[in-house]
Amino acid sequence: THTHTKTENKVHVIIYTTEVDYSFCRFDCNMGEVKVIGSRKSQFCTRVEWALKLKGVAYEYLEEDLRNKSPLLLKFNPVHKKVPVLLHDGEPIVESLVILEYIDEKWKENPLLPQEPYERAMARCWAKFVDEKCVFGAWDACRAEGEEEKEKAIGSAQESIAFLEKQIEGKIFFGGEQIGFLDLVVGWIPLWLGVMEEAGGMKLLEAEKFPCLHEWAQNFIKIPLIKECLPPREELANYFQASLSYLRSLAANKP
Amino acid sequence: MADKVILLDFWPSMFGMRVRIALAEKGVEYEFREEDLFNKSPLLLKMNPVHKKIPVLIHNGKPVCESLIAVQYIDEVWNDKAPLLPSDPYRKAHARFWADYVDKKMYDLGKNVSTKKGEEQEAANKEFIECLKLFEGELGDKTYFGGETFGFCDVALITFYSWFKTFEMCGNFSIEAECPKLIAWAKRCMEKESVAKSLPDRHKLYDFALQVKKMNGIE
Repeated sequence: THTHTKTENKVHVIIYTTEVDYSFCRFDCNMGEVKVIGSRKSQFCTRVEWALKLKGVAYEYLEEDLRNKSPLLLKFNPVHKKVPVLLHDGEPIVESLVILEYIDEKWKENPLLPQEPYERAMARCWAKFVDEKCVFGAWDACRAEGEEEKEKAIGSAQESIAFLEKQIEGKIFFGGEQIGFLDLVVGWIPLWLGVMEEAGGMKLLEAEKFPCLHEWAQNFIKIPLIKECLPPREELANYFQASLSYLRSLAANKP
Repeated sequence: MADKVILLDFWPSMFGMRVRIALAEKGVEYEFREEDLFNKSPLLLKMNPVHKKIPVLIHNGKPVCESLIAVQYIDEVWNDKAPLLPSDPYRKAHARFWADYVDKKMYDLGKNVSTKKGEEQEAANKEFIECLKLFEGELGDKTYFGGETFGFCDVALITFYSWFKTFEMCGNFSIEAECPKLIAWAKRCMEKESVAKSLPDRHKLYDFALQVKKMNGIE
């Protein structure tokens, strides 16, 4: 058991006109022990860390080797056996979007989801769309080989990205004036999409086609709290290259 | 100003049924509009331009797509009665996880059982039953998935019950024999008016399924 001394819960957020500064005081609170079981290469895990940092929640990070899953992971996520897993006082919460909502409900500072029910529904809808269409669309475009297949996959992926462009138009963040739920869900774009583009020899987030999303991506990744959770680009690039080569060798060896 | 609620739906859809149940639980008056999925209405295409799918809940002209998101929306707006999600964040997360699991698995598993043949079907049946047993384990000795009261997770899963007869006939197996506790839970849910009136007759569904299979050249 841990004893925590309750200190002042003050969160200072300074907003400038063109820049949002998320440097604020971290605080200890007797809200229990928080751990994250994750893999730093996974964008689904990084978004959980971002949420915790935005709320000023102290946590312990347990890096998982996904090729050799730990007994801890298998114990706390027996159904999917996947990362991320959030452990709060030993109780597990799994599935990144479920975790984000839990964090938002448990720690009230810097709300991630809007208060109004319709806006909340919209944020959830778009989050589902991003995770189901955009992420896999990008990966498909990355994997596709042959000119025709590649072009088709790129077209499909860009159709999905076009919806995001519309959503960010006229806004600093998807959440409005401040980082919100959807920003964290789309947050894989600046780094992970860039790496996928390189590995797959294709360009999805073209600045001329998607100027607002492109600008959002450039600004998002510069925010210190966001940047400090990112894995090294080279490490991620090697991982994607290796995954691609492996998948291609599987396909080549098919009877 | 009175609320105007429209539900764009398709009678056999287990996803549409979820929204019907939620609206009935809350006692919300709404207009049910049946969509012809081979000839989608301009309203559907306008209200769900991204996926062009049903169900779409339209509340005072504003669309909410995705059945579980619509159910949560209904729970948050009409929050004066029959809460579907628990108030405790951990229990809420638990309910969301299991509802999400139903979404990820049940449709495809059911489809495989209904359409595959021979060895592939046997494998599909096995996977289907394994999934249901997992739900049985989660249910335990509780009345409903959420405990004593009918909730979010129950809404997510019960709609597949109306399709069980179809799965059993196509897959040639008995779900009750394998998962008696889950069937007992389903029958408890069916005693609720909101559920009974939202789920179509299972024989009608089976006839519909046979028609679809025939159309797609599956025996």
